[in-house]
Amino acid sequence: MAVRADTELDARALRADFPILAQEIHGKPLAYLDSAVTAQKPRQMLDAMTRFYETSYANVHRGVYALAERATEGFEGAREKVARFVNAPSSREVIFTRNATEGLNLVAYAWGLTNLGPGDLVVVTELEHHSNFVPWQYVARRTGAGFRMIPLTDGGELDLEALDGIAADGEVKVVATNLVSNALGTVNPVERLSGWAHDHGAIMVVDAAQGAPHRAIDVQALGCDFLAFSAHKMCGPSGVGALWGRRALLEEMEPFNLGGHMIKKVQFEETTWGELPHKFEAGTSPIAEAVGFGAAVDYLNAVGLEAIERHEHELLAYALERLADVPGIVLYGPPADRRAGIVSFNMDGVHPHDVAQVLDWEGVAIRAGHHCCQPLMQRLGVAATNRASFYLYTLPEEIDRLAEGLHRVRKVFG
Amino acid sequence: MEDLYREVILDHYKNPRGHGVIEDADASAEGVNPLCGDEVSIYVAFGDDGETIDEVKFSGRGCAISQAATSMLTEMVQGRTAHEVSELSKDELLEEVGIPHMSPIRIKCALLGLGVLKVALHRAKGTPLPQEWAGLDEEFQVR
Repeated sequence: MAVRADTELDARALRADFPILAQEIHGKPLAYLDSAVTAQKPRQMLDAMTRFYETSYANVHRGVYALAERATEGFEGAREKVARFVNAPSSREVIFTRNATEGLNLVAYAWGLTNLGPGDLVVVTELEHHSNFVPWQYVARRTGAGFRMIPLTDGGELDLEALDGIAADGEVKVVATNLVSNALGTVNPVERLSGWAHDHGAIMVVDAAQGAPHRAIDVQALGCDFLAFSAHKMCGPSGVGALWGRRALLEEMEPFNLGGHMIKKVQFEETTWGELPHKFEAGTSPIAEAVGFGAAVDYLNAVGLEAIERHEHELLAYALERLADVPGIVLYGPPADRRAGIVSFNMDGVHPHDVAQVLDWEGVAIRAGHHCCQPLMQRLGVAATNRASFYLYTLPEEIDRLAEGLHRVRKVFG
Repeated sequence: MEDLYREVILDHYKNPRGHGVIEDADASAEGVNPLCGDEVSIYVAFGDDGETIDEVKFSGRGCAISQAATSMLTEMVQGRTAHEVSELSKDELLEEVGIPHMSPIRIKCALLGLGVLKVALHRAKGTPLPQEWAGLDEEFQVR
C-alpha cells in the first residue's frame, strides 16, 4: 500500500499489492484494461479471506460455541464496514446478496410484485445494464404496469427534458438508473432523479455496481431508496454484493428468498419473517466472501475514494486524447468532466472482436461486445463496441500501449 | 497468435467470395451469433439434379473470422451435394480456415456460416442435422 496525502495515489506502488498484474501475456506485460467488468484483487483482501478461513470459519448466527461467535463477528463486522462505505443510516439496512444483479432482482420482485399494477409506470434509462432493465421489464409485464425509458441525448447523457412527457403517461412508481454507466462511463444525475421520483411518489432504485468502486457514495445525499453494488468490481471477491434499502420500505416488503435463517417462527399454519437484514438473507450466506468484501472496503478507504476518482479521471482525459490520434476511431460518451474511467469506441470497418483480438497479442486486455446494454447499442446503431476501463492500478503507459495497439490494428486491417 | 489473421483470412474478409443474395433461392437461412452480433444469411441454388449446389451466396456483417470463414465455406461447398454438405464436419471447415488454437468464443464465430448452411439444407432437403449440431438453430438464433 502506498498512498500520498489524501488526494493522490501512486498507482505504480499500489500494483505491488496485486499479484496477478505481475505476469506476461503472449510474452508482453499484462495491461489489464477491463476493470469495469471485474477488478483485480489486492493481497490484503486475499489474505483477509485466507486468514478468516484458517482461524475463524464457522456458520454464522447459529452456533453457541466460540468459533461460531468469531465467524459472526467477522461477518457482521463486514456489514458495518459496507454500511459506512455508503453512509447508510444503519447497518441493518444492508443486505448481503450474491451481486448487484441479485440486489436489483430483490427489489423488483419483493417490492415490485406487490406495489405495481395497471396504470403504474416503471421508468428505467436507455443507458441501463441489463441487470437494472430486464428485472423491471419483466415485473412490469407480470403486474400490468407500463415500462418506459428515459432516452439518451446524442452525447450519451440522460435527456431529462423527456421526464415530464413520461410522467404524463401514468403514475410513476419506480425510477431505476445506474449511477455510472458501465458502457459509456456517463455519471448520471441521481440526486435530481431522486427528487423527481419522490415528487411523483415513486421509489428511486440505483445500480451502483459501476459507481461504488470509483467514487465516494452517500446514499443519504443521493436521496435514493435502494442502492445495489457488487464486491467483485471493487477489489473484493466474486459471489457477494450488497443492497442498501430504506428501513421503512424493507420492513414493509415481502421476503425474496425463503428458507433457513430468514424466519422468526415456523409453524405448519404460518411462518413469520425475521428482523432486518435477516429477513432477506435466506440460507447460508457467502460468509468468507463478505469478510473479503469488508477487507476490500478497508483497502479502498486506505487508498482514498477521492484519490481513486482523480486518478481515473486523469487517465480518462489522457486516453481520450491518445485515442483521438488513431485514424478511424469513433468515441462514444460524454466529455471527460462528466464521466468515469471508461472509454467506449469503435474502429471504422473493424469489428470489436477483431480489435480486442489484435490487442490481446500485445498483452492489452479490453472488452468487446454489447456490455449487457443492448438497448444502448441499438441507440448507438452498433452491434458492439470496444471498451477500455481503468482503476487505481492502471498506469498511463498502459494507455500508450492501447493506443499503439490500435495503430497496429489499423495496419493489420488496412 | 498472429496466425489468427493470416493473409488468406484477411483477403477473404476484405474480398468475400460469393457475397450477395440469390433471389428465389432453393434453400436459405439466416443466423446471428448473439455473443458478438455476427450475422450471416446464406442462399443456395441447386443444379438440374436438385441435389448439387450450383450456386451459393452469403450476406452479413460481423468479425473477420465469421465473415472470412463463411466466404471460404462458399468455395468449399460449390459443386457438392446437399447430402455431402450435411456431412461436412466442423473440423473440416476449421482445418480449411487454418487457425490453430482458436479460443472457444472465436470457434463459434468461425462456425456460424456452416451452421446456417446446414439448417438451410435441412429445411429444403430434409438432410440430417448431425448430433454435434443439435441445438444449433437455437444457439445461432437461426431464422
